[in-house]
Amino acid sequence: MESTLESVDSAEELAVGLAERAGVDEDELMKIGMAVRESMVNAVVHGNRYNAHKKVRFTVAANSENFTVRVADEGEGFDFDSLPDPLAPENLLKTSGRGIFLIRSLMDDFQLRHLETGGTEVTLIKNLVSK
Amino acid sequence: MSVKLTTRQVGDVTVIDVAGRITLGEGSSALREALRDLVGKNQRRILLNLGEVTYIDSSGIGELVSGFTTVTNSGGALKLLNLNKRVKDLLQITKLYTVFDVHEDEAAAVRSFA
Repeated sequence: MESTLESVDSAEELAVGLAERAGVDEDELMKIGMAVRESMVNAVVHGNRYNAHKKVRFTVAANSENFTVRVADEGEGFDFDSLPDPLAPENLLKTSGRGIFLIRSLMDDFQLRHLETGGTEVTLIKNLVSK
Repeated sequence: MSVKLTTRQVGDVTVIDVAGRITLGEGSSALREALRDLVGKNQRRILLNLGEVTYIDSSGIGELVSGFTTVTNSGGALKLLNLNKRVKDLLQITKLYTVFDVHEDEAAAVRSFA
């Protein structure tokens, strides 16, 4: 996908649409949508920095057990361990830095890896409970 | 799809009715500009009615924090009204719910500025 905010909207729409067809309830749909949105914003804005020559790879898959989203950028990567804690008193009034925290809060599993080709890939997983 | 802001005056309190999405891009920048505009006009008692907000992302949350800081630092007060469950949950997850003065009744919220 292109490194634009339109791609952010498209990815969110695609993920929510597939999750809905997979039987995910409304409350969880909102969480998935927001987590995808935050991941895509990270890729487009912080990873690829809106660079028209860089793409975002977005994949989404569902089976009977879980719903999985992967977002990969072509950016320079970042040190995950050095991210400030947005809940620390000294960071509460900061205007940014809550994206990954929110993704982790909204999804059941979150993984991040640095790609050999450069860039960062995040994997978001929502467990689907059989009803 | 995007955000709509409507400003009205209730006594010396400015109420901004926010409807739609406060997300990165047009939504969050519209809110930022509206708040800065009010502070620039010395209208520093601001009640943000979020009752019709359908969606807010981390950028939108950042704009709420930015607005709160801007208004507070100018000697005014920014308070929140009518949070829906979604926004309330997000503010609680991020520990911001206790930072803001949150109200459910507009008349009581307006009185609280006195």
